[in-house]
Amino acid sequence: MCGLGGILNRYGERMSGREIIRMSCMMRDRYDGRGGGFAGYGIYPRYAEYYALHLFFRDELAKERTEELLKDRVAIIKDERIPMRRVKEIPQENIVWRYFVEVPHRFSNRREYLEKEEDYITELVFTINDCIDGAFVASSGKNMGVFKATGMPDAVAEMYRVEKYRAYCWITHGRFPTNTPGWWGGAHPFNLLDWSVVHNGEISSYGTNKRYLEAHGYKCRLLTDTEVVAYLFDLLVRKQGLSLRSAAIALTPPFWKQIERMPEPKRSAFTALRMTYSQAMLNGPFAVIITNRDTMVGLNDRIKLRPLIAASSDDCVYLASEEAAIREVEENINRLWAPRAGNPVIARLDEEVREEVIH
Amino acid sequence: MVRNFPPEFVVRVDREACINCLRCVRECPFGVHEYDREKKTWKRHHEKCVACLRCAYMCPTQAISIERSPMEYAPHPVWTNRVRKDIKTQAETGAVILTAMGNELPYPSYFDRLVLDACQVTNPSIDPLREPMELRTYIGRKPEKVELEEEDSSIRLRTKIAPNLKLETPIMFAHMSYGSISIEAHLSMARAAKEVGTYMGTGEGGMHVELYPYADHIITQVASGRFAVHEEYLKRGAAIEIKIGQGAKPGIGGHLPGKKVTEEISQTRMIPEGSDAISPAPHHDIYSIEDLSRLIYALKEATRYKKPVFVKIAAVHNVAPIAVGIIRAGADAVVLDGFRAGTGAAPQVHRDHHGIPIEAAIASVDRRLREEGIRHWGSIIASGGIRSSADVAKAIALGADAVYIGTAALIALGCTVCKKCYTGRCAWGIATQDPELRKRLDPEEGARRAANLLRAWSHELKEILGALGLNSIESLRSNRDRLRGVGLTEPELRVLGVKPAGE
Repeated sequence: MCGLGGILNRYGERMSGREIIRMSCMMRDRYDGRGGGFAGYGIYPRYAEYYALHLFFRDELAKERTEELLKDRVAIIKDERIPMRRVKEIPQENIVWRYFVEVPHRFSNRREYLEKEEDYITELVFTINDCIDGAFVASSGKNMGVFKATGMPDAVAEMYRVEKYRAYCWITHGRFPTNTPGWWGGAHPFNLLDWSVVHNGEISSYGTNKRYLEAHGYKCRLLTDTEVVAYLFDLLVRKQGLSLRSAAIALTPPFWKQIERMPEPKRSAFTALRMTYSQAMLNGPFAVIITNRDTMVGLNDRIKLRPLIAASSDDCVYLASEEAAIREVEENINRLWAPRAGNPVIARLDEEVREEVIH
Repeated sequence: MVRNFPPEFVVRVDREACINCLRCVRECPFGVHEYDREKKTWKRHHEKCVACLRCAYMCPTQAISIERSPMEYAPHPVWTNRVRKDIKTQAETGAVILTAMGNELPYPSYFDRLVLDACQVTNPSIDPLREPMELRTYIGRKPEKVELEEEDSSIRLRTKIAPNLKLETPIMFAHMSYGSISIEAHLSMARAAKEVGTYMGTGEGGMHVELYPYADHIITQVASGRFAVHEEYLKRGAAIEIKIGQGAKPGIGGHLPGKKVTEEISQTRMIPEGSDAISPAPHHDIYSIEDLSRLIYALKEATRYKKPVFVKIAAVHNVAPIAVGIIRAGADAVVLDGFRAGTGAAPQVHRDHHGIPIEAAIASVDRRLREEGIRHWGSIIASGGIRSSADVAKAIALGADAVYIGTAALIALGCTVCKKCYTGRCAWGIATQDPELRKRLDPEEGARRAANLLRAWSHELKEILGALGLNSIESLRSNRDRLRGVGLTEPELRVLGVKPAGE
């Protein structure tokens, strides 16, 4: 059991971390203290055009080796220790540092540059996580960051001073791990570039998804099943150009019986998506919240074996494992509902939130 | 010289129960039971008995039982009874020992050393009686990605999808030729395949006209003898399979003796009646991967790119790069036939000593295709020694898309695996062309049983998926994390890509 929550301000107005912390505290019963975390979008407006790398180092050596690699691959615009408080519940086992970096301009045109640049950063993240013992990239997007550790989410927030950051989109996670050991890197959110994921449940299709991703150049080494969700969205949406709705159709497709009842041309499109992405399909009990720079998506498994509640107010869209978490921070709820199994709830900046009916 | 050759089986007859109806004499195609009408005495030729059990089950008074002969050579761990008998047989005949069905040597079975996972607490198992559970599988080439036109709620496909076979259960009937088995056996499987929503293979013997109504559930075969191959035949089936080799006899061809080439078989195979039907060891127009590619595209051209083309090979040492080459050469699926695969006739030395286990072949081919980033170019169909739904589940978890079953399908039709298919005297009417013996298999009853087997295994597969917390078979494919090895060495675990139990 785990608990997750998310807030997106539709107008892009930034809020302090206080509300997401309160949401998280409301679901305390769902955690066991072996992992908590937050991701905020819009937290680094002064460095918005640079990749913000949040890194954990076990020791100085890991830090030195990582910096050597970084200096070789990217231009470091600024780097600093992430300000932290001492918290008695969480032993300070890592050096936590952030780097704002830029990819050297080696590409001919802008489009190619953007595409290759993101692959370049992805490669860098995999290299650090893979090859440098004791170093771990917690997040690698622009104008965003992940704050996570082993501990209860409120203690993690206290340690990272999460309330001092201001973001237009926040997500949080509290962990009760049953499949992998608790370690800082194993706490959620998981992140790659601008994608962050928090996840409650288990991806029982992990082996299938992992091998599918590996065939596309991704490396799944985080000892947890959640990472595949982030990578699958990255592959399907960023690299292959599917819309979020189509990606959701690929990841939690309707049952064949439902597809057969669809009219053409919808049926062919759904059939093709299911055939082609059969190994990307996520199976097992789960609720996830996936975010990138302008979007927050909530998604359940195809038979809804984990809770997920959505709500909207005039300004904000909320997703959470429990209704109470949303009611804790928002009095003026316009709409609150339980999304159907397999239907993505898509909230974007400047748009009305909608549940896409694919099931 | 005295022929000191103990029989394998002994026929025991309860004299009190026997009513001398001579039913056993009529039932036994091997001439075991002999009755002297004048002297009113019985003689049982034990040495001819193959333990097909036909007489025992047809005896109206259940007077007959077949037992393993207690008479054996003195025990020796190396010079086993079988070894000694083989040597004596060859000393007598000077010939290759012919046999049938699958590998008989006691190689370890990896299937039996792999165990499946199950859900406890953290992920609920799913009850397939209450929740949807999906086995549908598509065999064939998939695109790298799907392109769509999307507007508000409308969605339209832009990517062209290559032809795929739609299977309602990931189990198909393996290629067994008309000639090696009877039309009744073929009809049974064709009807069952159509009913259940899967496919059967014709084998190299062509498609008898009686199968035409089921042609949309039949995969035609192009093998080295090229029997029956013509445009109409290729277009009639649902897919085409090029057979390069088979697991029961990797590296060698086939031979249907002329006496079995009856009028109907001659018509279906398009060869003269009574002539030997010889399939050479290699295709004499395929001496390289380039040649194979040409044949694949020739067949695609002939069928206007509407039929998927599969290529079947025996699982041999270098199976992974060969399979990758086959997929790169344009095949829509590669069929891997493991060393336990059955056959109607094979030299014993080939059947028992060539090829590798299907489990290892699946794992290494799946891995290699993924490493090269071309796993979606073609499907993997596994065959050879699949005995149960558990084997199917394990094969899929190791990386197969679907399986073929041959021996298991024949057992469903009444086969008792007596290993005498090559004699053409099958007592159960399956591997024979004898009109009298053929009457013993009723295609309607056969179809019912073959379909039942598929249904039963499909039910079990759904239960297995439910226990694994999955509601669709595609989430098991290559999901080796849901397997653990018991009693396997480290290199074996590495090849199979599974962890040992407890880890």
